[in-house]
Amino acid sequence: MKAAIVVFPGSNRERDAVAALEAVSGTKPHLVWHRDTELPKVDLIVVPGGFSYGDYLRSGAMAAHSPIMREVKARADQGVRVLGICNGFQIITEAGLLPGALMRNGGLKFICRVQHLRVENTDSPFTAKYAKGQVVRYPIAHGDGNYWTDAETVKRLDGEGQVAFRYIADEARADPRGNPNGSVTDIAGIFNAKRTVLGLMPHPEDAVEALHGNTDGKPMFEGLVEALS
Amino acid sequence: MSAEATRAQERPVTVELAKEFGLSAEEYQNALDILGRTPTFTEMGIISVMWSEHCSYKSSKVWLKTLPTTGPQVICGPGENAGVVDIGDGDAVIFKMESHNHPSYIEPFQGAATGVGGILRDVFTMGARPIANMNALRFGSPDHSKTRHLVSGVVAGIAHYGNCVGVPTVGGETNFHPAFNGNILVNAMTVGVAKTDRIFYSAAAGIGNPVVYVGSKTGRDGIHGATMASAEFTEDSEEKRPTVQVGDPFTEKLLIEACLELMETDAIVAIQDMGAAGLTSSSVEMAGKGGLGIELTLDTLPMREEAMTPYEIMLSESQERMLIILKPGREEVAKAIFDKWELDFAVIGHLTDTGNLVIKMYGETWCDMPIAPVSNAAPEYNRPWEPTPKASDVADSVFDGYSEELGDTLTKLFGCPDLASKRWIWEQYDSLVGGDTRFMSGQADAAVVRVPGQTKAVAITTDCTPRYCLADPVEGGKQAVAEAWRNLSAVGALPLAITDNMNFGNPEKPRIMGQFVGAVQGIGEACKALDFPVVSGNVSLYNETNGEAILPTPAIGGVGIMPDAMIAVGVAFKNEGDVILAVGETKGHIGQSIFLREILGREEGAPPPVDLAVERRNGDFVRGLIHEGLVVSSHDAADGGLIVTIAEMALAGGIGAYLTGFDGQHVRALFGEDQGRYVLAVRPDVAATVQEKAKAAGVPVTVLGETRGTSLSGRGGEIVSLKRLREANEGWLPAYMSAEL
Repeated sequence: MKAAIVVFPGSNRERDAVAALEAVSGTKPHLVWHRDTELPKVDLIVVPGGFSYGDYLRSGAMAAHSPIMREVKARADQGVRVLGICNGFQIITEAGLLPGALMRNGGLKFICRVQHLRVENTDSPFTAKYAKGQVVRYPIAHGDGNYWTDAETVKRLDGEGQVAFRYIADEARADPRGNPNGSVTDIAGIFNAKRTVLGLMPHPEDAVEALHGNTDGKPMFEGLVEALS
Repeated sequence: MSAEATRAQERPVTVELAKEFGLSAEEYQNALDILGRTPTFTEMGIISVMWSEHCSYKSSKVWLKTLPTTGPQVICGPGENAGVVDIGDGDAVIFKMESHNHPSYIEPFQGAATGVGGILRDVFTMGARPIANMNALRFGSPDHSKTRHLVSGVVAGIAHYGNCVGVPTVGGETNFHPAFNGNILVNAMTVGVAKTDRIFYSAAAGIGNPVVYVGSKTGRDGIHGATMASAEFTEDSEEKRPTVQVGDPFTEKLLIEACLELMETDAIVAIQDMGAAGLTSSSVEMAGKGGLGIELTLDTLPMREEAMTPYEIMLSESQERMLIILKPGREEVAKAIFDKWELDFAVIGHLTDTGNLVIKMYGETWCDMPIAPVSNAAPEYNRPWEPTPKASDVADSVFDGYSEELGDTLTKLFGCPDLASKRWIWEQYDSLVGGDTRFMSGQADAAVVRVPGQTKAVAITTDCTPRYCLADPVEGGKQAVAEAWRNLSAVGALPLAITDNMNFGNPEKPRIMGQFVGAVQGIGEACKALDFPVVSGNVSLYNETNGEAILPTPAIGGVGIMPDAMIAVGVAFKNEGDVILAVGETKGHIGQSIFLREILGREEGAPPPVDLAVERRNGDFVRGLIHEGLVVSSHDAADGGLIVTIAEMALAGGIGAYLTGFDGQHVRALFGEDQGRYVLAVRPDVAATVQEKAKAAGVPVTVLGETRGTSLSGRGGEIVSLKRLREANEGWLPAYMSAEL
């Protein structure tokens, strides 16, 4: 699997994504600067986390208009898989690859912790290695993760299997807290209609090795490598 | 703007102006003598910040010189932007801790944010990629009307800056005490890694070499910030808000990437960030260290505001700016990199052989004075000081009338501000970015962060117990260093070196100066005995409001190394049935303990003494056990004593403890804060081996019980459930912060 990671001024989790992709696929991903207008031929495009342009306007709003994003949209239309994580989710949503919007966390504070999620749909290379309904733990680290869309769209997303992950409270755990940011119906991540684009707030790339304390994010990258190699 | 308009804004240079700028009459006379004339207005401003306490260390230098600063591991000690320590394989760790106390009290969000920005620049300016941030915070009493606002602002400011630049904030400490009601402490620490053959220093070289300004534009923010940080607060301190700078972490992130990219080339001769006293201290220090002169023409300097004067430009503390001396002819290479990152880049001058600082603007010269005489003449005082009277430990009579159930006492302690969980704070910090964080706050005694791309890891801790330092500055100073060393050993790291952040009151008072002198003495003794030299540091004096000083707080940032991040051991109990051991001797010293203060309502007695030889023996023993893979959980026994230490390990792991080792012991054994002790959990099949090894090493080890169930219990049944302790521990800070003002 060949992958490209788009780097904006202010991206800061691109190194985490490089490490995760390289560890699982054995191939170093391309780093593509936001001012470039062309992408190499790749099977997967990752839009990483961070604070693109400082997120001083609205998270992801500036980056969505970077030159490279036209190319990312064109590739997405051709069916190339796109993974937007955290700020990347905000960027690809602002760019119109996914419906809805990401607002300030309900508690108005940045929040970083390990969060329980439920895998809602496994019919995609991103989630194929998980079982439907499986509970996984990914870290979260965001201030603007409050996903919102109108009730009709939520209904459609659910009906079409476009909800990828939901935050859940896991009462059996020492830290059972659920939805960290007030997102509509606890949505943590969504697909586009063809399930070739995934945007999510949590960080699977920071849960891929023993050092991270859990490896629940690894199957996502393994699933992509298996489907796209 | 013109020369005429500039002149119109200037004021006559007199002794009154010098006093307004923070100098004494004697210091002003000294300036006249050196120059042989009256300084210009711009020169007066420059001299006053150069000679401020903040920049000149005039009260502290004579004592700081006594600290041990060398060792085979030390590549660069104090005097540069940060300390540099060898960690093998051609790698170095570069670190420093610095205070931003005064600005954070006046404007907590920006004060704390720019504190983080400043310390990051001190580290990456030397060629290191920052891999971790820490912070040590002291606030006033929770009952004080300002405390909630200050906690909220400081934490949000640190989060705002650290999260955006993408450097994980992995730990620190937060205390509350009424002595900080009028002066909070915000001490920020950054740790970075570099190659030992790619370290950048600040000494300028090469007559004629271009002087380059990069980063943010210069505005009028922070003018005389260094002067403000060198004086006590009074009722009108609110008026000092304009001297607080405003931070832009996005620009800092770009500056980190652009500087590190430039450092990959061979274009740089010297580089320094513009911190306190901005362009003045960076240009004077760089030229001064190189024994050269420097001529700056400010017309092309990137400015954020209209009609700035040379005085304002030289004293501005606008953030996210660096000064670089380039090799001749490398301007284009460097400019291309800063263009890519969309940062300002301007050649603003060159090095000269005159030894003078020359400032030109609007076609005229505003400053032309010799650097070395002015720098060398920076005042250095051996201020009068009084030793702090020694206290003795408290008598057993303090326990008269104490008959509370142990479970109730523990619940109270776990909910007291100093011991309550700081989750509300550290969950606002991105502790994981970079993917190299093995342990962060609350998981282990020291944070453990892997060196990017390698298996080895650095361990980092910040420590100080101000209540000990007030009662006995010498023992308190020793204890702060010993606890840092212990915390690194407790995770399995080999302690390497420290940075010291000395926070004290007004040094012109002999009592306060005595606290400083005592703390330096104690720190020095501990550093020598533990081979744990000081490689960088910062002094913050005049932490007083209306004559009330803070508790003396020599905050110590310690750094250690371990060959593999995965051998590190955390505090959490992992399995049922592990044997719980106490390493080190328990005498039951209760003076200045948390128990004495929180349960018996008394702040008195001597702090626990530190025996440095025992400290070293016990720490080497624990570290050895961890490297042999014999330890499951490890925690130093600090605030609250053995029973609190065990309960913290139980809470972290969600597994309780069945305790037999305290049967028949005095309350002192439970809550005494004797030093040099650790609590370990080991698998039952190695417990005997560990005890044999301890005997061979001459280390006292006692069995306290075993891990079991979901409560602390003993022969008499349940003492307290983890659920109850957790509610008390996790509940306090969120409840406090959400309460109505």
